[in-house]
Amino acid sequence: MSISTGYHKKELPPKIKTLGLALLITGLIIVILGYMTDTTRSLYNNIIGFTFLVSIGVGSLFFVGLEYIVGAVWSTPFRRVSEFLSSLIIILPLFVLPLLLNVNIIFGWTHPADTMMQAKVPYLNINFFVIRVVVFWLLWVGFYFFIIKNSVRQDKTKEPSLTKTNIKLSAVFMPVFAITISLAAIDWLMSLAPKWFSTIFGVYYFSGTVLAALAAATIFIVMLNERGYLIAGLKSDHYYSLGALLFAFINFWAYISFSQFLLIWYGNLPEETVWFLARWHGNWKIFSIGLLVIHFVIPYFGLLSQPSKMNPKTLLIMALWILFGHYIDLYWLVMPNFYKEGIIFGWIELGFPILITGLIILVFFYRARKINLVAVGDPKLQRGIDFRL
Amino acid sequence: MSNKILYSYTGIFDTPDQIIQAAEMAVKEGFTKYDVNTPYPLHGMDSAMKLPPSKLGYIALIFGLSAALATALVIGWMSAIDYPLVVGGKPLFSFPAYVPVMFEVTVLTASIATVVAMLFFFFKLPNIGHPLHGTGYMKTVSSDKYGISIQVNDPKLILPDGSFNESFILKFLESVGSKEIAPVYWDEEEINHQNKILDPKFMVFLFVVAIITSAVTYFSLNILMNITPFNWMAEQQKLSVQQTSSVFKNHSGMLVPVPGTVARNSMPYQFSGQPDSAGKSLINPIPVSIESLKKGEIKFDVYCSPCHGFNGDGAGRLNGQFPNPPTLHSDKVRKWTDARIFAVITEGQNVMPSYASQLTVDERWTVINYIRALQRALNAMESDLK
Repeated sequence: MSISTGYHKKELPPKIKTLGLALLITGLIIVILGYMTDTTRSLYNNIIGFTFLVSIGVGSLFFVGLEYIVGAVWSTPFRRVSEFLSSLIIILPLFVLPLLLNVNIIFGWTHPADTMMQAKVPYLNINFFVIRVVVFWLLWVGFYFFIIKNSVRQDKTKEPSLTKTNIKLSAVFMPVFAITISLAAIDWLMSLAPKWFSTIFGVYYFSGTVLAALAAATIFIVMLNERGYLIAGLKSDHYYSLGALLFAFINFWAYISFSQFLLIWYGNLPEETVWFLARWHGNWKIFSIGLLVIHFVIPYFGLLSQPSKMNPKTLLIMALWILFGHYIDLYWLVMPNFYKEGIIFGWIELGFPILITGLIILVFFYRARKINLVAVGDPKLQRGIDFRL
Repeated sequence: MSNKILYSYTGIFDTPDQIIQAAEMAVKEGFTKYDVNTPYPLHGMDSAMKLPPSKLGYIALIFGLSAALATALVIGWMSAIDYPLVVGGKPLFSFPAYVPVMFEVTVLTASIATVVAMLFFFFKLPNIGHPLHGTGYMKTVSSDKYGISIQVNDPKLILPDGSFNESFILKFLESVGSKEIAPVYWDEEEINHQNKILDPKFMVFLFVVAIITSAVTYFSLNILMNITPFNWMAEQQKLSVQQTSSVFKNHSGMLVPVPGTVARNSMPYQFSGQPDSAGKSLINPIPVSIESLKKGEIKFDVYCSPCHGFNGDGAGRLNGQFPNPPTLHSDKVRKWTDARIFAVITEGQNVMPSYASQLTVDERWTVINYIRALQRALNAMESDLK
């Protein structure tokens, strides 16, 4: 059976490239200037930027794998968007290199002072840390390479067996993703306060990861679909499903973060509460309450009603807001560890967000130039377009 | 047979695509009083019938939010105003502790409200009859076919003279490709059907159910549970905590002991604030034996070693968080009598608090025996080597 897809590739306008390039160069200049004026502070911003990119890149690959493994059809027409975003994985080493060169500035565990820190040395030592970073990255790139290669090849060959191969690959990728993303969260975010521990931390970062990847995909999907770059027939039913998934993960994030807070608050053990006390000191307190509002209350009520999930405008605004919220969340995880007196914000903090925005736009542009924006060879495509609630 | 009143015309279809198309056509024709019956929910049917979004969500929202608010107020009032009790050193109004309860009550209330509203408001529950019930049409569409039923009182079908346009509906059902077309008649009882929720019979029924439920609950919790054997061990000839008593003058269930009362197996400590005279007067009653030393070791490791260290040298695990105690191997402590050490354990000294409530009198003496053994071990004499 031949599928008449009705998809005609439309090139993205070159002004997108100009915009991406302008943002990238501006961001890069600010980042370089930032490194020259205040290296340590720039390194902390670098962690936020790096973990943000991991969130979008690896989270998008997770989303692609999830679609394969559960056999979802509604997301097939715009799976390519997540595939393009997952190619950010390739660029991760550029962001991790400055951090690896300065490990002993950022991480307290590089100088184990007391018995407690000594006891953690078998896991938290520089060699093993670097090995983990490299292994995780190789795993991510490996799965990215094979899954995306199969998906792209299907555009020409239209072999349904490639979908089966990808389902198998995704099934292997899921546990790999679960373990690597949890350990990455512990390595990069939790070990910034090396004496503090929270067993739910991996899940906490995972919830933000999926949220960021979904929000980034939603932004591109809505913008592209409203301008007719995707296939015809994608309607409010698809928007509703995206919005519902975003809404679910907003609640999941709130549930996980509150679980983490509640147990530590109830237990009231000094070695655990210290982390929250640092985030409750000075004007960090306002920031912490603000995070709750930004990351939960506003998107919750913004996406609560059915019409708001179906309306491309509100969906786009909420997705942008959630992506912003995830950056704020990472900022909240990293910065209070070092700036205990209060919120620190200046032009240095702007460098990485601008750089990353430009980078994402550019990566998307160049991927979209070579590859179809819709997986035209996927056997599930027609069912995905016909999807109705 | 002849005086049966027509309710609707029904048409049967074989595939979901046909029924969705039929629904779309029905909307296009302008029918408003029609419904679609399928064996399972069909994706896309809502939009084909151009149904507005369900109102059920608003009921869930209103009840959920009010339940969350009410729970917060109730718990807050109970734990901070009505019966203020400090739990776990937390403030009286500790909001984080309420959140899980609020969450549960919100979900429960919203779901119960949704179900009740669905049954009584949307399904009009006390009315259990419908003309479509018991028809061949219903049997077919609840197994493997898809059907549409268009009511004959649809404004689109009423002719100017008040009668209904039969040929139009038949033509429509044929044009959308319906296989079997059949009329459905009203049941005799259902013709004059009204909403029965305010029916006296139904109200009486609800009232009786409420009375029975309350009576059964009251009987099982307040009467049955007080009858042997259901009361098990709850019924005892004693006063529980905070109960009043009719026996005593001040009606207090728990009396303050008579001054000078001594509990069994306990002796009041006579040398409070006089460690030196205690050291001269008391005698260690516990003879040194392997068992008593082992017991003393356990107690020493539990209660003393956190500060004094396992060897009694003052290198405890709380090192740095608490002032270090001096070593127990100093000449001063070694020259003390057992009773002088007993006084320190009983009453505390400098930073060290009293351990009288953790260690019984006998346990204190066994710990002292063990301390002596530790002192001897660090300052062994030549004769000990033999």
